[in-house]
Amino acid sequence: MGLAKRIIPCLDVDAGRVVKGVQFVDIRDAGDPVEVARRYDEQGADELTFLDITASSDQRETMVHVVEQVAGEVFIPLTVGGGIREVADIRRMLNAGADKVGINTAAVFNPEFVKEAAQRFGSQCIVVAIDAKRTSGEHEPPAWEIYTHGGRKPTGIDTVEWAQRMTDYGAGEILLTSMDRDGTRDGFDLELTRTVSDAVDVPVIASGGVGTLQHLAEGVTGGRADAVLAASIFHFGEHTVGEAKQYMAKQGIEVRL
Amino acid sequence: MSSIAIIDYGMGNLHSIAKAFEHVAGRERVVVSSEHDVIRAADRVVFPGVGAIRDCIAELRRTGLDDLIRELVASRPLLGVCLGLQALFDVSEENDGTDCLGILPGSVVRFPRGMQDSDSGEHLKIPHMGWNRVVQTREHAMWADIPSGTRFYFVHSYHAVPSRESDVAGTTGYGRDFASVVARDNLFAVQFHPEKSQHAGLQLLANFVAWNGES
Repeated sequence: MGLAKRIIPCLDVDAGRVVKGVQFVDIRDAGDPVEVARRYDEQGADELTFLDITASSDQRETMVHVVEQVAGEVFIPLTVGGGIREVADIRRMLNAGADKVGINTAAVFNPEFVKEAAQRFGSQCIVVAIDAKRTSGEHEPPAWEIYTHGGRKPTGIDTVEWAQRMTDYGAGEILLTSMDRDGTRDGFDLELTRTVSDAVDVPVIASGGVGTLQHLAEGVTGGRADAVLAASIFHFGEHTVGEAKQYMAKQGIEVRL
Repeated sequence: MSSIAIIDYGMGNLHSIAKAFEHVAGRERVVVSSEHDVIRAADRVVFPGVGAIRDCIAELRRTGLDDLIRELVASRPLLGVCLGLQALFDVSEENDGTDCLGILPGSVVRFPRGMQDSDSGEHLKIPHMGWNRVVQTREHAMWADIPSGTRFYFVHSYHAVPSRESDVAGTTGYGRDFASVVARDNLFAVQFHPEKSQHAGLQLLANFVAWNGES
């Protein structure tokens, strides 16, 4: 098999600055998205994901400039999520140099938006982001419900059905985050990842909970994810993307070295 | 001063590919244009494209760029990228069958659903998305300083099936071996995205800037 499993560092951006602490030993400005992107690119990141967590809409324009700058220097795929609500938002980000946009809350409120977006821009640039929380008890068949607004609002929608519906509507990729694991550093919810990955034809990116290199490898082997996304494990300089790839390669996982 | 024209026909954003060319171009000027005169004045031409093939071909015909591409390919180096490779063939399965430019003989087909990896048995997803190897099937000036087997970034659900074996310059394995690079005379076209393929991609673009159209 030739296709490599991808490692995707994720950067949270607030008003044009990377937040949640990015610490590289030899970086001039740890809050500058361009510097951070350049560093991950040098380490061998396969793609980059920017999550715009800017609360006020009048600062959205800042993110467009961030994307423009990064796209002018870093020649790997860029995904931008957060605040993508209408076709104009997608066009603005693609024109700025993003390759894909992540749609989350807006997809739940208006599923037709995903269909429209895929028809207009092509499935290859539409990533549907799903925040899932386990609702089944210990001895029940596993089930997960999707949440919106950064994992704060339950929707009553089943995750697997939703993922299938979104791919039917034209999503080209699913970014799947376990709300139970996000921020815990306990590893991915592998059962969730595997269940969704097996249920859809499009690639699935596992997200939420990475604390060790072994967790990244498990996302692929146990979770059958096509790509793994992580933030803090790379931000704090514990591990480089290159180390993660070496580790995965030793376990027989195909990666781009 | 020589120049590179990137054909703009409204299919997808050309920001990335223009930036990548600016990154590798020395004194060459990089222009993004839909104007026939501007494109015709360039020494090298890039034919990009993302999205659906029917819209792509319809736009090319509406703007007369289809004839311009046929004309230019006889006289200067032309680089096709992604949909710009697929559009060169006779016909595509996409959108219930779409007649394409017919510059190269052959067709474009969809990866079948339910493909499995022959070694691992793994379920292969569609689109084919990510970094895969390109095995060089023949020597070419565009391969300078790029080892055979180098990984490039792909994202596509359809792939070309050239009628002439001699048009294939590179293959990639995804459930099957498909023609990921085709070349003939002044024409070199790639299914992957060199503008998103980091060092290897930039090297390929630099090779195009230096290429005089002889393989």
